[in-house]
Formats: sequence, C-alpha cells, structure tokens
Amino acid sequence: MSDTTWDPSKPILEIENLSISFFTRLREIPAVMDFSCTVMPGEAMGLVGESGCGKSTVALAVMRDLGKNGRIVAGSIRFKGRDLTTMTEEELRHIRGSEIAMIYQEPMASLNPAMKVGEQLAEVPMIHQGMSRAEAWALARQIVADVRLPDPDRIINAYPHQLSGGQQQRIVIAMALMAKPALLILDEPTTALDVTVEAGIVDLVKDLGTKYGTSMLFISHNLGLVLDVCDRLCVMYSGEAVETGDVRQVFDKMRHPYTQALFRSIPLPGADKNSSPLIAIPGNFPLPHERPKGCNFGPRCDYFQDGRCNAGDVPMSVVPGDDRHASRCVKWAEIDWAAPPKAGKTTTKLEPGRLVLKMDDLKKYYAVSTGAFGGGLKKVVKANETLSFEARENETLAIVGESGCGKSTFAKVLMGLETATSGQIMLFDENVQNTPIQSRHPGTVSKLQMVFQNPFDTLNPSMNVGRQIIRALEIFQKGSSDADRSEMMLKLLDMVKLPRAFAERMPRQLSGGQKQRVGIARAFAGGAKVVVADEPVSALDVSVQAAVTDLLMDIQRENRTTLLFISHDLSIVRYLSDRVMVMYLGHVVELGSTDQVFSPPYHPYTEALLSAVPIADTRVKKRRIVLEGDIPSAMNPPPGCPFQTRCRWKSQVPGGLCEKEVPPVQVLAGGHQIKCHLSADVLAKMEPVITIAAE
Amino acid sequence: MEELSWPVIFAKMAWHLLPVWIALVVTFALSIRFKRRLGLYGKLFDSTVAMSGFALVMFWVFTAIFADIIITHDPLGQISGMKNALPGSPVKGAEGTWYLLGGDSLARDVFSRVVMGARRVLAIAPAATVIAFMVGITLGLPAGYFGGKLDTLLSFVANLVLAFPVILLFYLLVTPEIRVTGIPIILAAVLFLFPVIFICVLLNSRYFTNPPQRNLYVGVSLVIGLWAYSGLAFNLDPLGVWSMDPNLLNVFVSVVFVNAPTVFRIVRGIVMDLKSRDYVAAGQTRGEGPWYIMLWEILPNARGPLIVDFCLRIGYTTILLGTLGFFGLGVSPESPDWGSTIDDGRRLLAVFPHPAVVPALALMSLVLGLNLLADGLREESLRD
Amino acid sequence: MLLFTLRRLGVMLLTALALTFVVFFMTNLAPNLEKLAKSEASVRMSDEDVTLWLDRNGFTRPLLVRYGEWLGAVPGWTRTAEDGVITGRCIRNGLTAETAPRYCGVLQGDWGQSTVFKQPVTEILSRSLGATGWLMFWVMALMVPTSLILGVLSGMREGSRTDRVLSSFAIASTATPEYVSGVILIVLLGSATAGISPVLASWGWIEGKTLFQGTATSAMDKITFWNFALPVLTIALYGIGYIARMTRASMTEVMTQQYIRTARLKGVSFGQVIMRHALRNALIAPFTVIMLQFPWLLNGVVIVETLFNYKGFGWTLVQAAGNNDIQLLLGCSVVAVFVVLITQLISDIGYVFLNPRIRLS
Repeated sequence: MSDTTWDPSKPILEIENLSISFFTRLREIPAVMDFSCTVMPGEAMGLVGESGCGKSTVALAVMRDLGKNGRIVAGSIRFKGRDLTTMTEEELRHIRGSEIAMIYQEPMASLNPAMKVGEQLAEVPMIHQGMSRAEAWALARQIVADVRLPDPDRIINAYPHQLSGGQQQRIVIAMALMAKPALLILDEPTTALDVTVEAGIVDLVKDLGTKYGTSMLFISHNLGLVLDVCDRLCVMYSGEAVETGDVRQVFDKMRHPYTQALFRSIPLPGADKNSSPLIAIPGNFPLPHERPKGCNFGPRCDYFQDGRCNAGDVPMSVVPGDDRHASRCVKWAEIDWAAPPKAGKTTTKLEPGRLVLKMDDLKKYYAVSTGAFGGGLKKVVKANETLSFEARENETLAIVGESGCGKSTFAKVLMGLETATSGQIMLFDENVQNTPIQSRHPGTVSKLQMVFQNPFDTLNPSMNVGRQIIRALEIFQKGSSDADRSEMMLKLLDMVKLPRAFAERMPRQLSGGQKQRVGIARAFAGGAKVVVADEPVSALDVSVQAAVTDLLMDIQRENRTTLLFISHDLSIVRYLSDRVMVMYLGHVVELGSTDQVFSPPYHPYTEALLSAVPIADTRVKKRRIVLEGDIPSAMNPPPGCPFQTRCRWKSQVPGGLCEKEVPPVQVLAGGHQIKCHLSADVLAKMEPVITIAAE
Repeated sequence: MEELSWPVIFAKMAWHLLPVWIALVVTFALSIRFKRRLGLYGKLFDSTVAMSGFALVMFWVFTAIFADIIITHDPLGQISGMKNALPGSPVKGAEGTWYLLGGDSLARDVFSRVVMGARRVLAIAPAATVIAFMVGITLGLPAGYFGGKLDTLLSFVANLVLAFPVILLFYLLVTPEIRVTGIPIILAAVLFLFPVIFICVLLNSRYFTNPPQRNLYVGVSLVIGLWAYSGLAFNLDPLGVWSMDPNLLNVFVSVVFVNAPTVFRIVRGIVMDLKSRDYVAAGQTRGEGPWYIMLWEILPNARGPLIVDFCLRIGYTTILLGTLGFFGLGVSPESPDWGSTIDDGRRLLAVFPHPAVVPALALMSLVLGLNLLADGLREESLRD
Repeated sequence: MLLFTLRRLGVMLLTALALTFVVFFMTNLAPNLEKLAKSEASVRMSDEDVTLWLDRNGFTRPLLVRYGEWLGAVPGWTRTAEDGVITGRCIRNGLTAETAPRYCGVLQGDWGQSTVFKQPVTEILSRSLGATGWLMFWVMALMVPTSLILGVLSGMREGSRTDRVLSSFAIASTATPEYVSGVILIVLLGSATAGISPVLASWGWIEGKTLFQGTATSAMDKITFWNFALPVLTIALYGIGYIARMTRASMTEVMTQQYIRTARLKGVSFGQVIMRHALRNALIAPFTVIMLQFPWLLNGVVIVETLFNYKGFGWTLVQAAGNNDIQLLLGCSVVAVFVVLITQLISDIGYVFLNPRIRLS
C-alpha cells in the first residue's frame, strides 16, 4: 500500500523510548516506561515477563488500542518507517488487520458467537482488498486448509462454539493471516490451551512464519515457549525492558539479575527438591504506584548496592560482543555470572511411611442428559474408570493429565463431595467411598484437606483472612476458646510465612501468592495428613510458584503429610513428586516412580506429553512428537483404548486391537504400570524424548 | 391578603423545609469528610449520579421524619372556602397563613398532605421491600444451591405469581371483602415467618460450633421475632407494642407477595453462578453445612447486585403503592398517600391541575432518586 | 426444538390451569358470592335467603366441581325444583332442559354472562380486546424502535455525552409511572387552563380549547392523532426507559467483549463494528425483555384506559373487578394470563432462535 518508501532491510517495527500510562480518577499509573525494541523483517521477537509487567500493554500500544484510560505519553512506534503514534483513526484502520494482525489468549472470546467462521474470515480481504464476497470465501477456505484444519468446507460454515478450543485458535490464526500481514502480534496465544494442543499450535505458528515471511511479536510468560518460537527476546520487569538480545545468548549468557533469578526459580531438568531446590525470588512484584527509585528490581536483587542501584534511573547498556544484547543493570559488568547460586538449604529424601490412602478399582459415572433443552436421552459419562493406586505417608504423588482427564472428579470423590459409583477408597483404615462429607467425622475431614487452583477464588472475598482460618479451626473443633483459636490462627500464618498483621486484611488486599498461602494455612488448620493440591501454583507467576512449592514441601516435611499433587505441568511434577500417575479420559494410563515415568518405556500419551512441554534450556534436545487433533470429549469417548485416536504407535499393534478393546495394565520392572496394547519388546525399544547435551 | 406569587411560594416552602436542609447538609458534610472509611456507602460520594440520587432520596426521608414540624395545616382538616384554592391562596379566617400549594377538592392543604404522604410511603415501601427480600433470599438460596426438584417446584410457583398481571392480583387480593375470609392473615402468617427463620438459621449456622453462644443468640432472636410476628401477623401481641392496621396489613402483604418472586429469581441466579467458586468448595471440603455456605459464603458476595436491586425495588414498590392508591384499593379515602391523592385530583385535572400534579411530581422525584442511587451504586460497585 | 416447544406448552397449560383456578377461588369467595346474590336478587335479603339463592343457583357445591363446570370439563349442574321446573347451569338463553348441552364452560366457548353489562362475556371481551389491540399496536410501534435506537446509541460509546443524556432520559422515564406521566401530559398538553394549550389557543393556533384531547373516549369510534397520542405516549414512555436501559446494558457489555476488539483490530470501521458485530449479539437480551414487558404493559393499559376513559380491556377489567362481575372478571383473567404466557413462550423460543450457541448445540 503506502510502503513504497520503506526499505526491506530496515526494521519493520521500531519502538523507541515508549512510555504508556493509564489515567484513573485518582492518579496516573505508568504501565510502561522507556521501552525500546526493534523487530527486523522475518524475525520473531519474544516479550517475556510476569503478569503486570506491561508486555500486553506494549502489544496494544502497537495496535493503538489502549482504551479510554490508556495513553502513550512519550516515545514513538514506527512501523515500516511510519509513526503509528501520530496516525489518525482512518489511517490506523487501513493498517490494522491488513499489515499488523493480532492473535489473542482466549480464542473463544475473540470470535463473534453469532457469525459464521467463514464470514468472520472473509470480512478481512473484503475490507482491505475490496475483494468480492465469493472470492473472499474461497480464500477463507484455502487459509483454513493452510492452518491444517480438517474438513475446511464444514468449518467455514460452522459457528465458533461448534469448534474445539484448539480449532478456534487455528481460526483466529487464519483470520490474522487472511491479509498476509507483515507483522503478527501474538498475545499468549496458547495459555488457554492444553499442552498437547499447544504444541500443535506452536508448530503451526513457526511454519507459517517461515512460509509467509511474517515478523512476529510473541508475548508469553513461558520461557520455554519463547525459546521454541523466537529468534530474539526482551525480558520485561515492572514496566521496563530489563534485558534484550538473541534468545540463545540471553538464555546462556544472561546479564541481568532478574533474568538470572527467573531462570533459577523455574524447575529445569536437573533440579531436585532435595539436592538442588529452586530459589524463589524474595519479596513481591512492586505495584505500579509503589515502584522504588532507581532500579525497579533493586529491593529483590541479591546484588543490590545501596546508593548506586537506587541512585537514579538506570539506562539500558549494551553488552559488547553479542548481537544487540543489552541489560538495564548498573552492575552487570562487575557481577560474576558464572558463580553458582548461594547454596540453598538442601535436605535429605524422606522415606515413605505407612499406607494412608488406597483406591481400588474406583469408578465414577455421571448420568448427563443430552440435548440443549433438557429431557432427551440420558447419557453416561465415565469420568473415572478403574482407578487403583496407593499413597503413603510423606509421599508426593503427582496426578498428571490435561482437561477432561478426570482428575477433578477424582478429587471430588476422594474429598467426599461426590460418592463413588463403585470401588473402594481406604483412608486411614476407613472405607469412605460411600460416605459423603456431611457424614464424615470432623476428625476424618480435618485430616484430608484440599488446596485449590485459582488464588483469586479460593478465599471468600468478603471475610477477612484471620476469620476464614478461625472458621476452619472452629469447624475442625480445634482450640477451646476464641482466644485460643485466635492464637492458633496466628501460628498458622507464621507457618505459611505471612506477617501476623495479615489476619486483619481482606483477600483483595493480598497478592495471588499470598492468597495461596492463606489457602494452605486454612487447609492445614486441622493438622491435615493427606492434602490434595489441585494445580496449586499453575495460576501464579513463575517467580512466586517456586516460593509456594517450597512452602508446601516444608510443611510436608514437618507434618509427614501425603501430598496428592494434581498438575498438567510436567516440569514441576518432575521436580517435586516421588511417584507419578498419568491420566487420560478417565483412565490411568501410566503409574510409576518419577524416574520410571520420565524415562522409556513410556505410554504413547506420556511420550507425547513429555515432548509437548516447552523447556527453557538450550542444552535440552527434544524429539518432536505432535499429536493430531484434539482431546476427545469425555461425553463421547472413542471405543477401545481411549488414546487410540491420536496414538502414533497404533500401527505397531496387530489386528486393530486398539480400536476394539481397552488395553490391560502391564506391570513392568519395579512396579511400573502402563495401560497399553504394545508388546513388551516394542516398549523396550522406545527412545528417550528429552536428552540433555553434555556441556 | 394578597395571593402569593410563585417565587414567594417557593421561598416559603423552602423555609418550612428548613429542618430537611439542615439534616441534608450535615449528612453530606459528614459523609464526604469520611468517605474513604465508609466502604461502598462512601463510594457513593465519588459519583455525581449517585450523589444526586442519594440527595433526592434523603430529602424525602428527612421530610418524612420531620413531617410534623414541616406541615402548615392539618393534612386531614378542611377549611371552608379553600376548596380547589390556587397555590399561594391565603387561608380565610387565619391571618398570615397560606395554602402554599393550594387546596384540593375537599379544601385540604395540598402542601401538608404531600409532606404527610411522604411519611406514609416511606413507612411502607422500604419495610415491604425488606420482607420481600428476606422471603426471596430464604427461598432463592436453597433453590439455586441445591437445584433439582426443589428448584423446579419453587421456580414454578415464582413464575406463577409473576405471570399474574399485577393489577388483577391487587384487585383480587386487596378488597374489603377478602379481609372477612382471613386470606391476608394467612398470607401474612406465611410471609412474616420468613424473616424469623432467616435470622435464626443465619445465626445457628454460624455459631453452632459453640452451643452456649448459639443458644443465646438464636434464643433472643426467636423471642423478639415471634413476639413481633404474633403482633404483626395475628394482632395478638400480649403487650400491644406490635400491631398493624388490617387495611395496611392487606396492602403490605400484597406488595410483599408481588415482589418476593422477582427477588427469588435474582438470588437464585446469583447463587447458581457463585456456587462453583473455590471458596464454596473449600467450605464443602471442610464439612460446612449447606446453610452456612449459602448464608455466610455465598450471600455476602452477592450483596452488590442485591443492594442495587433493593434500591430499584423500593422505587418499584412506591410505584405499586401509588397504583393501589390510584385505584382506591386498600387505603382509607382520608389517607394523604400520593397515589390516592393523584386519583382524587385527576377528576378535575383539566380545570385544577395542582392537587394531582404536586403528588405526581413528589412520587416521580422519589423514584427517580432511588433509580439514580441504584445506577450510581451499580457503577461504583463495578469499579473495584 | 419440537420437544422443547412441547414441554414449554405443557408447563404453560399447567400454569394457566393453576392461575385460573386461583382466580376462580378468589372471585368465588363467600363474601363475593353474598354480594352477588344481593345484587342479583335483592339488596335486603336475609342471610337465609342468600344461602337459599346460592343453593338454587349451584354456588354451594364443592369449589373444584364448580371450577370444572366453569372450565367445561365437568357437566353443568341441573336441578329439579319441587314444581318440576328444571333449572341448570347450561339452561338459559331460551334453551330448555332437553336442548341444552351437557357441558357449558370456557372450553365450549361459553364464558358466561356479565352481570354489569348484561351481555355475554365473550362479546364484551372481543369488543374491548379490539379496542386495546389498537392501543397496543401504536404503543409497540412507538416504543420498540425508539427504545432500541436510544439503547444502542447510548450503549455503543459508554460514558460519552450522548450516553449521559440518553441514560438520564431513560432513568427519568422509568421513574415515572403511567398515572404520573399521564397526569403530567394531560396538564401540559390537554388542559384548558394549564400547560401550553391556553397559550396556543390565545394565539389562535389551535381550533379547540386544547391541543390534545385529555380523554380518548372518542377514539373508540375513530382514532386520530389528537385523541390517541396522549394515551399511547403515556404507556410507551415507561416502557421506552426500561427497554432502552436494558439495551444499553446489553450493548455496553457486548462492546467490551474480546470479539469486538478483534473486529476493530481487523480494520473494521466503527459503524460496521456496531452493525455487523455488536447489534445482533446485543439485541438478544432486549428481545426477551420486550416480550416479558407484556405483563407490565397490561398494567399500563389498565391505568391509561381508566385515566383516559378509553373502553378497552383494561377499563373492562376495572369495571368487572369494581362491580363484582364474577364471570367477566374470570374472562378477563383468562385472557390476561394467556397473553402473558404466550409472550413468555415467544420470548423463550425467540431467544433460542436468535442465539446460535443454543440453537445448534
């Protein structure tokens, strides 16, 4: 269009000293300060940081869509040499969608529920190229095929809600590609998706980037994903870029204390809860209006030097010798980056104690009525199918699986919120499978407690923290008087390392990590012996995750607790669990010690899952196994083996057995269980998915 | 004596309303001074819409409170020669007094009647709304929380009442004949039981872990509750403190009956949304009873939409009471309430508009104030 | 879809039965019957005479049986007096015991006789419904487009000046019940002594004494702008505010949705974003509201017809209720209940139809 003056060897996007503020009635809140970055044609730039660091604000500023309250207060954003910050709405409209396109976090929310997919796609070329309706639909069909969706004719005539999450995200990508934009902005495009689906989307994005030569601005909180997708990266902290450079150079030769701390707090292969525990970043993310003077990271930094780091604004300084590598640290040249971390407290491995929980052949079926208007046929959903396992004192058992695998139902049955359809649950020598929670003895209830996933939801927003813990104490019949319980509550706050003053606070005054700590304190109020932790850290920022995980481990060590750790994140599972149970569509497909599960032979699903998890370590070599399609619905599971629709090993089983029969559980050496038809010698020939290159 | 001109009429009215102005200024000055410490109420004073709504509502509240000082004449007294007198007419035979807003068709002072009418409206509407809320909440909570057959049944009954055209219901429920049959007493007996149940369950679910404390709280509320209940519903209060005019009871009960199903539906909807929250699951996993979860975990978090609806509903109830008055149902013809005054005035509307227009404007401004207040509250509570 | 409609119809019938029974019960309470006896026979009847009269006219039998008779599901009563004359529920209008049908209730189309108008209920109802139909038609024609346009205009740019002005208007109009706005409108536009009419008359701009007519009685014969504008406006005003606020709420919610941002960042112009992406999603909720407005509109109709003396359905209802005309009141209730239930059904089906997310799942 108007890019005749633009020289393709120049950067496609140049952001210089950008500052963005949001204006509320009370004050101006700076969201992004002095941010600069450059994206060259064909390059993929990653923006990494924790929530609230301003990375999405940067993306929206490029689109000039900051809403009513947001304003660019300084700096420039040049796209193909033209300044976007001074463009009129009309000029912007020609660029949006045709030259810069955006892909969002929630695919379902970004598609119009009342318009057919094809219509939403065809709209783009009709607006920007003045294409006829028929041509635009034909193009839409072709692009839908390009994003590897099956049966494009059906898809373009469907409404968004008729597609699965993965398919919807592919449609959003297709929509962004309709006008062959020069720059693609991806804002956490896979966060809402399951890991195995995410792997497919990431593959697609990489291929399309190469195919169309599109530049990308890739926003993510996941370092592993950025390593997978991007060429360059920019780490943000509290509204500022703190380090930028080539992805591999930054990963291997980081020159900012925040980047270093971030890497030390995520569980990479080789981390171990006993011998080399994670190192959490101390303190909290500063609120926008409470940022310190000088370096924003100063108060949490190990290398902080008073009078120097907090003297004044810290500029970006170039790291010589590398490719456009820069760091916002006054001391970067003096720090010994190769020094090993100050040794954290190491502990010895705990031996598992007596058996506390035993599930035998547990089944949970639901009757669900089909049809939108009630009535209709009743259908049985098999949420849990023949679940058997044991857990011992002191042990951490991880339960791994993606959405619909039945892990939440399992937790509900165990807690007594639902009763089992058949099978047995032995909890401390007591059969509880048919005892709903109201009929359980308070002693039993207090010994089995749960930590919930969503920190923003786990505490009652209209009751103060202390009151909520005291209520748990009252219900568990602890303490003899109000004063007694109040004292116990303060001790519990000490245990989860929260200041005692927090007892008076309302949940909205707490950060996510602090709320999660209160949730843990509440769960342990009655001296819980078995704790079900349902994704307790997955909604938290990486640097906070380490601290909360650490806390759980500490409490476990003190109380000899059995921890049932439900998670979809294999990195954290490998780090902290003793044994792992992998679930898929209600079935336990693999069960064994952590070492057994993370090394061959694998169940084909575990293999794919391991391959799909992005790892932020340049030394790791992975075999790429991308699963076709989406997870089948639990309402309508495939016949035979639940995994057969996506299994790449299916051809190795003779006689189409996978489609006919549910496989038996094979018990391999060391009690390692795999539910698969593959013969023992095929399993034995499997190769490891992840190898760490020798340094 | 001369007839007064309009500016003088307004000046005189403003003078008579002096206690109201003083009270308003004091309320606003104190509230704005301490607004940061007053939670949601304090936030009202951040929004112009909410403040103007609150000012209108409080104007009528204070008018109702100080009505005895404000009125210039007996609202029921007829003064000969003042029939349909125009606003600002001097009162015959009494030097220095005027019918500020004229006289009605029975030669009564319109200004005094409107002021006294405020007292009547503000005595019934909020109280009826409170009872309707207690009924709606007590039934809506379990319907939303448990679902299933209970929900189907209660929802069916609620829809049944809602499908009734309100006017028809009033014509059937609020007639002098119906009092003979005792139906209002039966309805009152059922509806007035809910507040007692509500408060007892509320306290019991919270304090059952500590029996002595629970027995004290529940006991006290039972005694007071049943005492008031016996007086209000059956007029059997042995001490004679609680009682309600049968006419009023009839109107009151009908208004509660019409409002409760809507509250039920709102509460049920909110509960169905909130019951999937993790803090509810946390309550369940530590073995809390369903009523504790409903009343202490869910209800406090539903307060935002409920407070907004409460304001709107007082306005709606005011309109309903006016409708009743307009059709001459359930109120004595003497009564200064706004609805029946409008009805009285409309017969001569084309010739003497003032007896109808004044209460019409009064009613409109009160409802407008409540609506503005609700709107402001909604916006402020969304801002968190 | 079919199953859904059938289920809804079933629930609707059950509701209708329950409601008519309640109305039947309430209108046939002992005091009402006593009043009826006194007004039909003689005002100065003794209590024994009243009982006798009620017994002779079949009012003393069990309530459920009488309800069944009225419905037409139970054969009408017959009674042979000592002198051999057979009287019965169905024996009237010149029919004899032999020619009269066994069932004569609502289901057979026999809605009874009005005691006030001395005419069959069906006749009165069809006449008054016709009159009210015109009123409703004009109310809808004014109210729906106006309120939707107001709601969309104020909701598409939340917090703008247009939004503030329109929202204030909407709030003010919902705060004004019909008996208030009617009074104010009459005084402003239809009074010979107040408002603008005396001014206009003195300038010689209008022929009569008033600009609009303060009553709508003449509209029974011929509807003109001058006799019908005020009643229509009075009903519509309240509804406009309510529907406009609903539309605004729905519109502002849709405008914050991610897919609106997607559309905007696709380069779709603001007008197109509104027309193609926002409107359809935003109008689903108000549609339901408009349909559920009918019970309230019925209220407005009763008030306005009384206020403007327009002899439609609402006026008839007031007359029936005020004069203890049991059969007519029952007839009115049946009509009112069915209007409400049918609009609810339409709103349910329409909601499903407008919303592909429900329609196709």
